[in-house]
Formats: sequence, structure tokens, C-alpha cells
Amino acid sequence: MAKDPVIEIRNVKKYFRDVKAVDGVDLSIAEAEFLALLGPNGAGKTTLVEMIEGLQKPDSGEIMIMSRHWKGNETYLRRLLGISLQETRFIDKLTTTETLRLFASFYGIGEERIAEILELIRLQDKRKAYTVNLSGGQRQRLALGIALMNSPSVLLLDEPTSGLDPNSRREIWDILLHLKKNQHTTMILTTHYMEEASFLCDKIVIMDKGKILAEGKLEELLTRNHSDEIIEFNLEGDPADLNLNNDHWLKKMNWDPDRKKVTLFVTEILQALPHILEKTASGKPKIMGLECRKITLDDLFISLTGRRLNE
Amino acid sequence: MRRNPLIQLILIHFREFIREPGIIFWSVIFPIAMAWVLGIAFSKQSELTQQVVLIENIQEQYSPFREFLNDSKQLTKEISGENVPCFEKTLASDKLGKTSFRFISTDWDHGILLLKRGQVNLILKEYADSLQYFFDPVNPQAKTTFILLSSAINNEKLVYETATISPLTQKGNRYIDFLIPGLLALGAMNSLLWGISYALIEMRSKKLMRRMVATPMKKSEFLISFFVARLSIAIIEALILCTFAYFYFRITLQGSFLALATIFLAGNIAFSGLAILISSRTANSRIGTGLINVVTMPMMILSGIFFSYNNFPDFAIPIIQKMPLTMMADSIRAVFNEGSGFAQVACNSAILTGLGICCFLIGLKIYKWY
Repeated sequence: MAKDPVIEIRNVKKYFRDVKAVDGVDLSIAEAEFLALLGPNGAGKTTLVEMIEGLQKPDSGEIMIMSRHWKGNETYLRRLLGISLQETRFIDKLTTTETLRLFASFYGIGEERIAEILELIRLQDKRKAYTVNLSGGQRQRLALGIALMNSPSVLLLDEPTSGLDPNSRREIWDILLHLKKNQHTTMILTTHYMEEASFLCDKIVIMDKGKILAEGKLEELLTRNHSDEIIEFNLEGDPADLNLNNDHWLKKMNWDPDRKKVTLFVTEILQALPHILEKTASGKPKIMGLECRKITLDDLFISLTGRRLNE
Repeated sequence: MRRNPLIQLILIHFREFIREPGIIFWSVIFPIAMAWVLGIAFSKQSELTQQVVLIENIQEQYSPFREFLNDSKQLTKEISGENVPCFEKTLASDKLGKTSFRFISTDWDHGILLLKRGQVNLILKEYADSLQYFFDPVNPQAKTTFILLSSAINNEKLVYETATISPLTQKGNRYIDFLIPGLLALGAMNSLLWGISYALIEMRSKKLMRRMVATPMKKSEFLISFFVARLSIAIIEALILCTFAYFYFRITLQGSFLALATIFLAGNIAFSGLAILISSRTANSRIGTGLINVVTMPMMILSGIFFSYNNFPDFAIPIIQKMPLTMMADSIRAVFNEGSGFAQVACNSAILTGLGICCFLIGLKIYKWY
């Protein structure tokens, strides 16, 4: 049975002068679902999340959280939501515990929960440290701890691992996986890291230029539009000379003239590879650096937008 | 145990204050140091040296002037990297202290250079039958030098022996009595405007305000915490300065304590309101600093904190008197030095409170929380 949507977004638009930050987005997020909003910088992820958080107002469209609009329900919704902003700096000369205590006071939460949070975010040994002396990863964990203070029904995380080293990122992932496993929280995470989205989330929404390009479970996304296998090689010559257009095993071909790279989305590598080798056996055109692999989110993004996620 | 959000918000300001040694220096030690330096500078009788450029003429000497220089010391001084011959003559008075004239013997071009650099304020050119004085007539110090020097050369006894001079040094009339109330008002303005505006702009630029507003925190409590914390800090700063002024300069309150408390509170309300208005939109701390300076600098210069604003042109004085810092400083001065009571400060207190509330409401209306 389908779960009830916790967040409903209908045709939401937000423009900044002539920049279409969010351009007609429809999205539905079910209870306890962990959704990744994946896209490059400037895709509109943060604007969309901040509209869900009630920190920005849409120009048009409708956002409902637990069947309520922000207007008239702000106090109620603020108590339900846990938020970690893309970039938050804390008061330099407050300790970790004092910072948590300050935010706990806004929710009427006592010391027990602060101790639980310190344990969850693994900052017990830094409880007396000034926030200015915390590392980037520790500060992000503190931000996450604040977001979790009220045991939120909906947790919104805006690039929580951006700029962190792999170890710090992994520590954040562990906390999020723990939440996913043990709590019934609906989570939205924005990221431009493919592996983060694929590792953590149940559902992935790919955004670019304010629009949703694709959404679904990782496996669905990878197979829906093309295939799940890729053959890639460098080419000396014209890709038209490969004469592959009518081959039934070929779903799509991408040609990157700058890197002289051909990417073939195929139904099955074993079926496609002999044909390619046969067509290039004469050395005209000449292929080099041949690679066969499973399709990744990066490939999907390139095929949807024509560019890489981190460009 | 659940904690009160307002108390937690107030505590963050005190913690920041206590844990930042720089803040303690600027808000507590600096005003005391300023009061001490200025109080000492204008309270003690010390030797005053007036430097004058003398353009001599070997062929044409003016005899009254040469007689005046008869008992002067002749020496060589290094001035602007050059060794220059000088004459020094000291006039002493029991009541006025010592006044020394140092005549720097040089040529016109060098004299003009020294004038431009502020090392002298008068040039004296000697002719056979007279002296010619060159100085800026709107420079009060140059004028004083001219009057002292010309009367000393022409008739030395006229000023120093015949005039009846009665120094006024009793409490309430001294420069320090004028200064301390002004410093109390200035301290409150700086503490409130910088303490609230700058902190709010910083919180906005760090996105901390956005983060806090994304919780069920009451915005009113957030702003009240700034006022309560900053008012408390301003009171502590004022008490420290008053204690220092009492023990070092023997300054006592001649008017009512209630009147002092009322005008002090009203001034704090006015500056808190202004602080909220200043910080209502910008998230850029450099723009914020500029905005705070635009408000504080004119008041610091014009409001008669260090010297009377009556030296400004007549048309400007009614405007200066309407400035919040002037109203607060004048009222505190009246309570300290003239024995004013609540009735005398009620009007200024009401205006300052009204101004603070208006600025606060306008600021709140246009406030950028996110």
C-alpha cells in the first residue's frame, strides 16, 4: 500500500529577476522516505529546500507539509521540522553543549536529550570546546545534532557533507544511516555527490536549471531512460564512421569532441562488444582505451544534461 | 531540566562579552583610560609652550622685541630634521601657570612649512619699527598666542600682574565634571549601537539568525535578549566609570538618582531602537559598519561630549541639541552638575523613549529575518 505523502509540492516556481531558480516543480515525498535532491551548483536545490523549510516563499504553486501550508501553521511546522542549512556558523565563544542547550530551549527540551544528541553526533569529548575550535566535520555534526534536537518528523539537510574530507563525510553518513534504520523520519538531502545520493537515499531526484529532470529509485533511474551498461573509448576519426546508428543493442551514443570520447549506452555489453570490435578491426576509425562498465548516476546526468555534475 | 529560551538567549551575550578580552578592553578599560587622560590633561596646571616662527632681519631690529628677548635662552633645536637656532622665553604666573614662547629663527618658506605641519601657529616678521604677525584668524589657539605674545612684548605687566584672575576649580565647574557625563552617554551609545547592530548583522551574515528563526524561537524574545543584555552591560560600564570618577576626581551626583536612572534608561531605549533599525536589512558587515558610523560619528563630533557644542555656528546648535546623544549627555550633565531632578529630565526622557520605540517598530516592520 502506498504511503501517505508527508510533503506535497505542486507546480512551485521561484524566480530571482530573470533567473528561474525553481521552475514548475512537482514532487511528492512519502512518510519515512529518504530522498536525495541531486544536481550541480545553481540547479535550484537549495531554493526548493528553503521553500519547504518556510525560509523562502514560492512565487507560485503550493507546498504542503503534513497537509498544512506554512501560512498560519508556522509554529506547528517549526516544531515538526529539523533543518540543517547549507552553511551555518555558530557563536564562536559558545561551547558545543551551550550551543545545543540554546537550541534545546527553543523546543522546551531538557538535558537528557542534549546528552543523547552529543552521543549520536559523537561529540561527547568536545562538549566543552568552543564552536570556533571545532573542525569542519565536527561543526557539520553539531549542525546535524541541532537539526535532530526535536526528534523531527521531517529532516531537511542541505549539502551536509559539502567541503568535508572523506572521513568526516563518512561520519555524517553513519549518523544518517543510523537514523534511517532506527527512526521513522522523512528525510530530504540535497547533494552534488552521486555516491552520497546512491549510498544513502531511497529515491533520487535529479535537478538542473530549476527543473526536475528525473526521479525514482536508483535502479529505475539507471535503466529507465537508457540501459544499465556502458562501453566507452577514445576515438581517432569521425564517430559517424562507426556506423552504429541502426544497431538494435545501442540505446544511445554520446560524442565528446573535446576529449574525443565515445560513450555508448547498450542493452548488453556481451552482445555489443563483438560488433564494435568488428567495425573497428581495420583500424579506421581507430579506438583506444576501451572500457566496459555499469551505468552510473554521473553517466545518467551527462545523458540528461550534456554536462558533468561537477561542472 | 528545561531551560527558559529568553534566559539562554541573554546568556549568550554575557558569555560572548566575558570570553572576549578585546570587548572588555574597549567597553570598560578604554572609557576609563580616556577619562583619566583627558581629566589629567585639562585638570593639571602645566607648562604651555607656544612655538612661533621668527623671521629675523639683521639690519632692521625692533628694539622693544629685542628687549623682550634680552633674558631669553638661546639654543639650537632639531626641528623637522634640521638644527635651527631658537630663543626661549618663559612667563610665569601663580594663577595661570607657566607660558613659554619658543621663537624658531628661520626663513619664510621653512616657516610656512612648519605652519602647514601644525608645529607652529604663528609667524613673526621683524622690521625696524614694528613686528608683523601672520596667523589664521579663525584658529583660536593662534589667536591666543597672538594676544599673549603681543601684550607680553608691548606691556608685559598688563596681563600677568594687573588682571584679577580667580580660578574656578570647585566640583561641577571643572572640565572633568563636564566630561564624565558625556562619556557615560557616549559609552551607552557605543555599547548599544555597536553591541546590538553589529552583532545582529554578523548573525545574519553568518546565517545564524536564519538558523535560529527556523526553530520555534520567538522573534520578540530574540530581540529582547539583545536589549536586556546590552542594557545590563551598559549599566555595568557606567557604574565602573562612575566609581573611577568618584575615587579619582571626587565627582559626585548632585541631582536625583531617579532622574539619572530615567534618562539613562531612556537613552538606552533610543539607541536600542536605532540599533534595530540600522541592522534591519543588511547582511554585509562592512555595510553595517558604515551605517553604524554614519549614525554615531556625527553625534560623537557634534554632541558636545569632549567640548561644548556652543562653539559651532548658531544655526547648527538647535539641530545639535535635538540629537539623541546630545539630549542624553545634556540631561546627565544637568543631573550630575546642576542638581536636576526627574521633572527636568522628563521631557528629554520621553522624547528619547518615543524615538527608540518608533525606530524599533519601523525596524521590525522592514526586518530581514531570513
